[in-house]
Amino acid sequence: MTSQAAPPESPPASVPEPRKRRLPAGTLYRGREGMWSWVLHRITGTAIFFFLLVHILDTSLIRISPEAYDAVIGTYKTPIMGLGEVALVAAIGLHALNGLRIICIDMFSWGPKAQRVMFWVAIGLWIVLLIGFVPRHLMHVFGGE
Amino acid sequence: MSTENIAAPRSPYLSHRKRNRFNIEKWGWIYMRVSGVLLVVLIFGHLFYNLIFPGKVSILDWAFVAGKLANPIWIVWDLLLLWLALIHGANGMRTLINDYAHGRFRTVLLWALGATTAVLLVMGTLVLTTFDPCLGDTDNAELIKICAAQ
Repeated sequence: MTSQAAPPESPPASVPEPRKRRLPAGTLYRGREGMWSWVLHRITGTAIFFFLLVHILDTSLIRISPEAYDAVIGTYKTPIMGLGEVALVAAIGLHALNGLRIICIDMFSWGPKAQRVMFWVAIGLWIVLLIGFVPRHLMHVFGGE
Repeated sequence: MSTENIAAPRSPYLSHRKRNRFNIEKWGWIYMRVSGVLLVVLIFGHLFYNLIFPGKVSILDWAFVAGKLANPIWIVWDLLLLWLALIHGANGMRTLINDYAHGRFRTVLLWALGATTAVLLVMGTLVLTTFDPCLGDTDNAELIKICAAQ
């Protein structure tokens, strides 16, 4: 009557083979979508941070003189900077959507299981966002409107 | 020989056992998530207003910003953006520095990051709270009326 009693003879005939895993169990950040979203989050975050430093400085010129501000903001209207703004919005969009994915992974019981699906949902929403922004912004930059 | 200093089995790390201790990493973790959600709204609102409608990059100038900041809602919006985004970004950069920089180099980078963040927070707050929208000329009818009344 102890729990350590030997199991009875005749082992069950049909023990299923353990499924082969491509990755060790319980990894979120090792390989594939989980890892690459982490890499992208760091790269976009760093880029946005350095833009933010510059953006606080250039906006502070409003306090000095309208001429100083207009001279600096004028450089944002050049074609090269216009393409830079596309890259900036793309980086912010990706960082924001992947950030919401991270929050879902941490907050909800279904989160870690759905992390891979959520990555592709984020990419899909990101493409929709860019379709909405890029043509319109490029028209503003290159003078179509 | 005494057994006083041996922790009971399965007890957590000594440093984690002190209850009610302020854990800065935990609050940093919470801050990134709370500010992140708020920043999604604040930044996309900022981008839409300035780059899509009614603003667009080709018309951005001092008069556009002055017209915006004549409304106190935008001052609050921009103050929230400044504090939430810069601290969110600085905390993210702190994580990267701790991951990739070591020794003296890490110390220098962390101090530079902290100093930059503090200076920009103070400067940005002063700019937004002492800004005078009547400083320059504008063709914003509402703003001209407000400034004429002063």
